[in-house]
Amino acid sequence: MKDCLARIFRAESGQVLASLACFSRDLQLAEDALQDASEQGSKKWPEHGVPENPSAWLHLEAKRKLIDKLRQQHTQQSQQKLQLIEQSLYMQSDSTAETDYEVPDERLRLIFTCCHPALNEVAQVVLTLRTLCGLDVREIARAYLTSETTIGQRITRAKKKIRDAGISYEVAKAEQLRFRLPSVLKVIYLIYNESYSAFEGQTLTRQDLANEAIRLSLLMVKLIPTSEVFGLAALMLFHDARRSSRSSLTDPYIPLEQQNRNLWDQAKIEQANAFIHQALKYQERGSYKIQAAISALHSGAKSWCATDWPQIQLLYMSLLQLHPSPVVALNLAIAMANGGQLSKPMKML
Amino acid sequence: MIYAGEDQDDVDMQTLMAQYQVFDDQAGEAGVLIGGNALEAVSTATSVRLRGGQSELIDGPFAETKEQLGGYYLLECKDLDEALGWAAKIPSERYGTIEVRPVMVFED
Repeated sequence: MKDCLARIFRAESGQVLASLACFSRDLQLAEDALQDASEQGSKKWPEHGVPENPSAWLHLEAKRKLIDKLRQQHTQQSQQKLQLIEQSLYMQSDSTAETDYEVPDERLRLIFTCCHPALNEVAQVVLTLRTLCGLDVREIARAYLTSETTIGQRITRAKKKIRDAGISYEVAKAEQLRFRLPSVLKVIYLIYNESYSAFEGQTLTRQDLANEAIRLSLLMVKLIPTSEVFGLAALMLFHDARRSSRSSLTDPYIPLEQQNRNLWDQAKIEQANAFIHQALKYQERGSYKIQAAISALHSGAKSWCATDWPQIQLLYMSLLQLHPSPVVALNLAIAMANGGQLSKPMKML
Repeated sequence: MIYAGEDQDDVDMQTLMAQYQVFDDQAGEAGVLIGGNALEAVSTATSVRLRGGQSELIDGPFAETKEQLGGYYLLECKDLDEALGWAAKIPSERYGTIEVRPVMVFED
């Protein structure tokens, strides 16, 4: 029963919070309402049984709790918010649409809020994990090897800034998307990369963080299907497909060259290939797309030797132009060396 | 709030004034401009504070910094993004920094 509630909470909290935050314009209040609803569930369900549609129950109950909280505020603003949310409640019961609350753009709004560049990067990551992935403070603290107090403070501070600085609960407008989308994608990629450094034996495993990042990325593909969004989803899926071959009981890290390619998850590679093809339909160059294309070539190669090194070399050159960095330069040199050119890479290094 | 070094202007005073006039006109037409002022140079600053029951006068600013508060605008915006959009149009953004903060609202 407890597991059931926890699972539903994790799966639904992002969407419930997104919806509540859009009404209340206050993430803290939204979170308190959701918390109250979830506590009520944990008391009620063992006695009365799990409701037929537990997610719908959680949505509805959280909305009711939010109404209670807004009523207590007695401000002019809270009265306006109350009207809106009560209207939505009537509409919901009228059209028996309780099960039909899949409003994807509410989550999209919330991810743009949590990843607003006016918040520092760590705050963006932590807030996204808390609100959109439904991880609790303890889990996040463990994943980032820091104390619960530190994470709690970061989350509180970030929510306060969102409220007081007037960061909106809206998807960035088309003309701002160019500036705003990168920070959303970066947060998702940071969450994914953290799955590499998270320690073993924690409540939150590496795979959990990777799964959350991929889940967010697939959501983005559904909601904002554009070049770099496809690119990032493909990149993470390609990496994830190789996960089980990247380490063994005796070896904590096995480099690509020595990996057992039979262990690669072909279903994930297929899904990633579909995304990279979508991404390649767009003219614009982007670093996720290029990195995904490199990963696609590795994933499609029968062996390390049979890898298309000349093509990979070109892609790294393109990446180096876009984002000059020593790591990219090193990878380019490796690709050139593997492609049979030795004198040039030596000079580069 | 517009922060910049006082000798940092990248164009002559007349050009800068004209550029600020363009901003004023745009913000005024959009109905967001409520007020604002340019401030005299920091060399005109006098600070006052009460310490140990004594009022102290100091010839100079609150803090000696490279960039000073040179002026401010009061804009009515619906959210941070709109405010940042207008801030990015302020001419001194090119060489200084525009700090955006909401006005505190006291609910009674």
